[in-house]
Amino acid sequence: MESVRVERATRASRVFAFFAAAILAVLIAMPWWGDAGQMRLVGEMAYYVALAQLWNLLAGYAGLVSVGQQAYVGLGGYMLFYLTGVWNMNVYLALAIAGPFAGLMSIPVSFAVFRLRGAYFAVGTWVVSEVFALFASLIAVLGAGSGLSLTTGIMREISPDRGVRNTVLYLMSLAITVLVFAVVYFLLRSRHGLALTAIRDSEPASASLGVNTFRTKFIIYIATAACTGLIGGLIFLQKLRISPEAGFSINDWTVVVIFMVVIGGIGTLEGPFIGMLIYIVLRELLADYGTIYLMLMGAIAILVMLKAPMGIWGWVIQRYDLQLFPIGRRLAQTPLATQPKE
Amino acid sequence: MNWINILIQGGLLGGFYALFAIGLSMSFGIMRLVNIAHGDLIVLAAYVALVVTQATGLDPFLSLLIVVPVMFLLGYALQRGLLNQTLSGGLLPPLLVTFGISIIIQNGLLQGFGAYDHRLQVGAIETASLHLPGSLSIGVYPLVVFAVATLAIGCLQLLFYRTRLGRAFRAVSDDADTAELMGIDNLKLYALALGIAMIFTALAGVLFGIRTIFAPLSGPIRLILAFEAVIIGGLGSMWGTLIGGVVLGLAQAIGAALDPTWQILAGHLAFLAILIVRPSGLFPKTRD
Amino acid sequence: MTLLQTQNLSAFYGDFQALFGINVTVEEGETVAIIGANGAGKTTFLRAVAGALETPPEAVIFDGRPIGHKTAHEIVRLGIAMVPEGRRLFPSLSVEENLLLGTHSERSGPWNLKRVYELFPRLHELRRLPAPSLSGGQQQMAAVGRALMSNPRLLLCDELSLGLAPVVIRNIYECLAAIVAEGTTVVLVEQDINRALDASARFYCFQEGHLALTAPTRDFDRAAITAAYFGM
Repeated sequence: MESVRVERATRASRVFAFFAAAILAVLIAMPWWGDAGQMRLVGEMAYYVALAQLWNLLAGYAGLVSVGQQAYVGLGGYMLFYLTGVWNMNVYLALAIAGPFAGLMSIPVSFAVFRLRGAYFAVGTWVVSEVFALFASLIAVLGAGSGLSLTTGIMREISPDRGVRNTVLYLMSLAITVLVFAVVYFLLRSRHGLALTAIRDSEPASASLGVNTFRTKFIIYIATAACTGLIGGLIFLQKLRISPEAGFSINDWTVVVIFMVVIGGIGTLEGPFIGMLIYIVLRELLADYGTIYLMLMGAIAILVMLKAPMGIWGWVIQRYDLQLFPIGRRLAQTPLATQPKE
Repeated sequence: MNWINILIQGGLLGGFYALFAIGLSMSFGIMRLVNIAHGDLIVLAAYVALVVTQATGLDPFLSLLIVVPVMFLLGYALQRGLLNQTLSGGLLPPLLVTFGISIIIQNGLLQGFGAYDHRLQVGAIETASLHLPGSLSIGVYPLVVFAVATLAIGCLQLLFYRTRLGRAFRAVSDDADTAELMGIDNLKLYALALGIAMIFTALAGVLFGIRTIFAPLSGPIRLILAFEAVIIGGLGSMWGTLIGGVVLGLAQAIGAALDPTWQILAGHLAFLAILIVRPSGLFPKTRD
Repeated sequence: MTLLQTQNLSAFYGDFQALFGINVTVEEGETVAIIGANGAGKTTFLRAVAGALETPPEAVIFDGRPIGHKTAHEIVRLGIAMVPEGRRLFPSLSVEENLLLGTHSERSGPWNLKRVYELFPRLHELRRLPAPSLSGGQQQMAAVGRALMSNPRLLLCDELSLGLAPVVIRNIYECLAAIVAEGTTVVLVEQDINRALDASARFYCFQEGHLALTAPTRDFDRAAITAAYFGM
């Protein structure tokens, strides 16, 4: 007679956890072995992964396919510049406010866009983002059409030494990415994650089982908005300038992110990492060819959607049933300590 | 400030927006597909007209004789070759595939024509106006376009309600599964639907390209305007879309009158307001 | 001659197997009943024949030719028409428009609007009304009429009596008798066993996707049928 228990980790995930920790340690040590350019690239990769994880949570798990998350990137960025520039606020405090501010703004937005479903929801979120961009371009204190530059004191506030500053910014990127990932990971592992997966698989069925689908989606939407805002603040802190076009750019913050998630494997935690790597490789390879790489990205996205809609990691899961970040639950059979005599 | 003129101007702008919206509305009504590349296809039509007018010396109105069939065939091929394969996978494939097409068109146009503004020229009619008593002045061109939009929707309604093909469209829109069981070739019908939608898209692209400059990245705003017109008017109703366009145009005109930089924003805000207050639009017709 | 023959027909909804190797034969001009409890696979069987489900080419043979791989609309053009479960009239269309939709099969034959209205006079009065405004029985007649308009050689009827009052059901089955008298071959799926058996010459009993029993209906022991129906 055997009993069953619920297991979370798989052997692959345990092995991978070891490697992940090692990679993370190497990345944390980068300020001591890498140069400024490399750190900037890895920092960029980090925040793209964070944005991709958030979009994946929204679209791949909660079923909210938003084409307007760039709104929160811009909102976070602008709030940071506004607080530090106009209110002379401490940069860390401003960053800490930028995220929740974006989350707060997402509440009235949700009143409008949650009226729409499916693809109409997607375009609706896009309209909202355009509205924010237009407001930013019209408000004088936000620099109107030409935007704002980061006040010179801010960088010195982080550190007068450039090397230290780069290190701080880099580690902040890494920390925020790890934080965002941890939040997403533990959320999906939890009871709420199970609810999300149920909603994703069948909204009516999960509603009939007592899952409050509206509230769950609402909370996810606000949470991802807040996290996206925080990342937006960090991104533009490093760019030193923000404008309506850059802050709310659909190409930079949504098209690229969607590409990463879709190609890597939507609805998986591993997918965004893979998608980000592919994007970065493609971008670096095709850097000299201008807009061709965007067209290629579009073509690849189309191909993946038609031939392998589950993306690269989705294909791996189908083939090998591999899960590196254990969020599932398995039944494992274990023999009892004593067996009854037959 | 002559408010009557402003409102008339705004209302007539609705004719353009309605033309933008027809293709989108058809796509969603018949195939349940929101074509993210719709705006870019409108811009593509304008570029095709540009090429045709430059190559043949035809004026933009006459160029329609070539642009319309070209866009029809493009729509047919696009649906038949690509979009039909996305229909059974749920929400994401059509959205992302059309998104990909949008990126490709935008960047293809950038490669081919550069990041410059273009405009189709037709001469005097662009700026001609009718002067009516009471210091009313109505632009001739917007009036003509509004008439064209009304005619277009009228023709489409005739197609849907008085022809065999239209009946098939409505049946497929109701219940694609049963329609196939009645002998209708759904996939061919969808291709035809996008082809027909592209006729109106071509009209929209060329007629608007005469009025306003266009550039490779002008697609998204056109998609958004089309989308707003459809939602304001209510899903499933063509005449509703015309009225939606008019409401949008009016909102923009009022915004522009207060401050020219507020034009597009005013339209967006009107859209969001209607979305919050009356989400199914002014004249909704579809069941989902 | 054999009009329809299924050979080892199995059908799946994703990973779920709904039919297990079904062998059914229908002679031209016959009325064959398919009975069975809910979930037995009766509707799945009809949909597989009609082309709505993917099957191997040789699994369904119509008029001597394999049609298993053909799409639903191609199969309609070959002469198989379906009266779907639950009627499934098109809500945006009027009664007459629904009937006219049957003509997309591009087949010629005895059935046209005039003849359908002769068979169902009530439909003529209601012809301009939107389909959803009809009663259940009237909708059923319209659904049958719509299928007839495609001039089928084989008519597949899925649960004609579903949700209808007995007197209405009797009316519909009388009309069905008139259709059969024209020479149309009919496959009838019914949960109402007596109705099905009264109208048919032979029957097949399905049980959880398997063929449990088949025999001529006349004089057949009803107790044996009940046993097969419930899988006892």
